[in-house]
Amino acid sequence: MKTQKQSNSEKQKNILISLLNALKNFGSTLPLLLGVILLLGLFRTFISKQMIQSVFTGELLRDTLNGAVIGSFLAGNPITSYIIGGELLKEGVSLFAVTAFIVTWVTVGIVQFPAEAAILGKRFALARNVLSFILAILVSVATVMTLMVIQ
Amino acid sequence: MKKMKNKEKGNKKKNKGNKFRGIYFLITVMVLYLILYIFQPENIQKSLKASGILLMQIVPLLILVIFFMGIINYFVKSKKVLKYTGKESGIKGWLLAISTGIISHGPIYIWYPFLKELRDQGMRSGLIATFLYNRAIKIPLLPLMIYYFGSIFVSVLLIYMIIASIIEGKIIEKIENHSKRM
Repeated sequence: MKTQKQSNSEKQKNILISLLNALKNFGSTLPLLLGVILLLGLFRTFISKQMIQSVFTGELLRDTLNGAVIGSFLAGNPITSYIIGGELLKEGVSLFAVTAFIVTWVTVGIVQFPAEAAILGKRFALARNVLSFILAILVSVATVMTLMVIQ
Repeated sequence: MKKMKNKEKGNKKKNKGNKFRGIYFLITVMVLYLILYIFQPENIQKSLKASGILLMQIVPLLILVIFFMGIINYFVKSKKVLKYTGKESGIKGWLLAISTGIISHGPIYIWYPFLKELRDQGMRSGLIATFLYNRAIKIPLLPLMIYYFGSIFVSVLLIYMIIASIIEGKIIEKIENHSKRM
């Protein structure tokens, strides 16, 4: 009876520790997230639709490529990519480009490349990142096309 | 035991590095706000208001994300993955790489040493690539993703990403096998 009580309290303690660790991990990304939110505030006020449209031209292939390239260079919590992607959609950027952007954000890591190459091997890291970039474009095209058929 | 402690120390150092990078980034943005305030105070007030609205919108979802992260931290024991990822693992290996990729979390580079260790003990390179690709699918973040892009978009995207992860794994395995033969 006592041991069951002990194991229950231990479980509760472990869950609490897990939640605290999650909070701590999240806390370390909080300044970055706040910085991004503040930048988005500036973005909304200072960047006009015309400026965005000059990067994303409306050409399906070029837009998708631009989105994929920008996503590959940026890194961090995927939440940030969703927020930026959502904002880009509101500003009229195509779903092809936004999808490629949010996919490469998490699958291609230019910033992490040196670490990946050093630990898992240059050939592996290069092949994985190049393939991820190509697949991100294919995934974005396939996703949006499927949505067009469904809706 | 010593190795584990050293690894923990290394991870703590990396987390600290990230935190400081984040703080520097935040300070840089705040300085930018101050500079722009001198020239365009009205627009800066508008920007602050827009940022506040954005923050209020995502706070409830962030709380949900932290809760999910804690629950996943509690239930996932990463070393159990080891014996199911060898050459003979077959479909089970792929399914395991996909599912553990989805449920794992934290910065991607924290997983590199662990994956190297697994590969040294026989884990297939293709499964490593599939695992890393599926880290893009984060269950705790799905509510936020659905909020921005809609549930149909998210469902379709996730299916295609899982398919892409298998394709990537298979191609990388072929590349690795080809270079071994060379």
